Amino acid sequence: MKSVKLFGLAIGASLAFSTPAFAQDVTVAVAGPMTGGESAFGRQMKNGAEMAIKDLNAAGGVLGKKLALDVEDDACDPKQARSVAEKIASAKIPFVAGHYCSSSSIPASEAYADGNVLQITPASTNPLFTERKLWNVARVCGRDDQQGQVAGDFIAKNYKGKNIAILNDKTTYGKGLADETKKALNKAGVQEKMFESYNKGDKDFTAIVSRMKRENIDLVYVGGYHQESGLIVRQMRDQGMQTVLMAGDALADKEFASITGPAGEGTLFTFGPDPRNKPTAKSIVEKFRSENIDPEGYTLYTYAAFQVWSQAVKKAGTTDPKKVMDAIKAGSWDTVIGKLEFDAKGDIKQIDYVVYKWDAKGNYTEISPKGS
Amino acid sequence: MDYFAQQLINGIVLGSIYGLIAIGYTMVYGIVGMINFAHGDIFMIGGFIALITFLILVSIGLTTVPLILLIVLLVSMAITSLYGWTVERIAYRPLRHSFRLAPMLSAIGMSFVLMNFSQVSQGARVKPIPPVITGGYSLLESNGFVVRLSNAQIVVVLTTVVLLAIFTWLVSRTRLGRDMRACEQDQTMAALLGVDVDRTISMTFLIGAALAAVAGMMYLLYYGLVDFYMGFIAGIKAFTAAVLGGIGSLPGAMLGGLLIGLIETMWSAYFSVEYKDVAAFSILIVVLIFLPTGLLGRPEVEKV
Repeated sequence: MKSVKLFGLAIGASLAFSTPAFAQDVTVAVAGPMTGGESAFGRQMKNGAEMAIKDLNAAGGVLGKKLALDVEDDACDPKQARSVAEKIASAKIPFVAGHYCSSSSIPASEAYADGNVLQITPASTNPLFTERKLWNVARVCGRDDQQGQVAGDFIAKNYKGKNIAILNDKTTYGKGLADETKKALNKAGVQEKMFESYNKGDKDFTAIVSRMKRENIDLVYVGGYHQESGLIVRQMRDQGMQTVLMAGDALADKEFASITGPAGEGTLFTFGPDPRNKPTAKSIVEKFRSENIDPEGYTLYTYAAFQVWSQAVKKAGTTDPKKVMDAIKAGSWDTVIGKLEFDAKGDIKQIDYVVYKWDAKGNYTEISPKGS
Repeated sequence: MDYFAQQLINGIVLGSIYGLIAIGYTMVYGIVGMINFAHGDIFMIGGFIALITFLILVSIGLTTVPLILLIVLLVSMAITSLYGWTVERIAYRPLRHSFRLAPMLSAIGMSFVLMNFSQVSQGARVKPIPPVITGGYSLLESNGFVVRLSNAQIVVVLTTVVLLAIFTWLVSRTRLGRDMRACEQDQTMAALLGVDVDRTISMTFLIGAALAAVAGMMYLLYYGLVDFYMGFIAGIKAFTAAVLGGIGSLPGAMLGGLLIGLIETMWSAYFSVEYKDVAAFSILIVVLIFLPTGLLGRPEVEKV
């Protein structure tokens, strides 16, 4: 299996946009799952990064130099993420926006810390990412303890007295999120009827779906990624169940709806307030749309990560990662997703997860107003 | 009881798909004595060809579902068996009289080639299709638990049974089948008696690939998506099924497939989902300890 992935890495690396940088350019990187089951999100990150670089260069680059982008693929695999991180560190790249999967971001962050690379993740929500107090990490998204709290409160409020199941895929992200949601749910006085895990990459969930059918589950919370969640929904409907599925931010891509088809209607997930609706994002969203890209999910978060970095570089007057990180934590930054400030650990100070619902046409909209 | 019936349905459908792939492993092993590690990827190619054919048919405005399925099935079987034939022709035949490990290594190589070929040519993302076969039947109902048999499940099992019957007839009743059994027993002797060994082996790969294509299409219809790395895990499970049933035995492969599917499902149904693979492989080990040739395998006679 390892050799399979290494081979994939070789192919991926040779195909990646490794535009040779000119001597005077500053190369920065975006790293995420460009291949594999999570590649829909890798593409979001790549779109956001490419647009950000284009806009930054059009505005004169940073410190008078143009930016070049290096795209790296971790396939959501911790080992591959680590080798990508070492590659980026040895290329003396000062900044990386990445990764997507928490199980990639966390091992990679240690290699970045040793190799003097500043890492801002647009999408990894596991608390551990910033809790280890590494000097070089920050994130522009929320954390799973916050996300789990919102999900737990929502379930406790709307599904009181109903049968709840919690599933997770045993990954850092999935298990972490499922545990946080369970904690919040139990604190609100609701006890789940099932707590089970499955293997990420499984396609057949019929057995566990029948099990939920026997327990008359009304809502299943999945700590996991969109492909498995989509298959669970589809197989629940095949078995004649109307159970609602709820999950985390990993469902924020249209690919979820193309997996479920119309069966995805009514599926819930938590995510930050849609960045596409923010007034700060209007002109940039239009720019994406004119290139036929829907800047959904983490596209604009990735864009924002580059904005934070470039503004901090200007303020610090250098690309030296340590100095830039000090600047990031001291300042307040105008980004496409709003004004961002960071605490000493590298988390953003203002987070508000909201609940979204998928409709029959394959779109998702906010259903729970902020603070409910 | 209802719950058991539902899980039985789930297990049989999963097992049918494993069984169809397992037959390809077992046929090739029976005749050439090698494990065709690229077979899982042939299955994946079959799924992709089914997907492409399906999308083409829909885009030219065809709407009759049974007709679409029939065309997709035939096209996918035809093109995938060409892949199977080509793989044998370029990667195994030149090495047939080489040392034993050589074709196995080139099989692993072919597996990478096929996987990366579809990754590069089709993209790295999962390819979903909208549900094609919808609806189903509610069979039993008690205490609010409804046993549900979906039309997709019926199609998977029926197709498996029909194709299995056709290929069993092919192997046991036709000239080609007799040639195949002759090559299985003794290639040199078969050649002396006028059997075209090369052609027979090619046909074996062709048939194995055609069945893998069927499995790929069923997988696409049942789960609704394909991706370039799906052949790896499915291939390992099917290979296990072939070994469990007794490698070299056609009914054994189908039986092994069903058993692996049922063990996985029943284990997930009554114990914990996370250990289903452990359960399946533990049972394989136990069976191999007591029946080293698998459930229906014949002990190999050492030729002097």
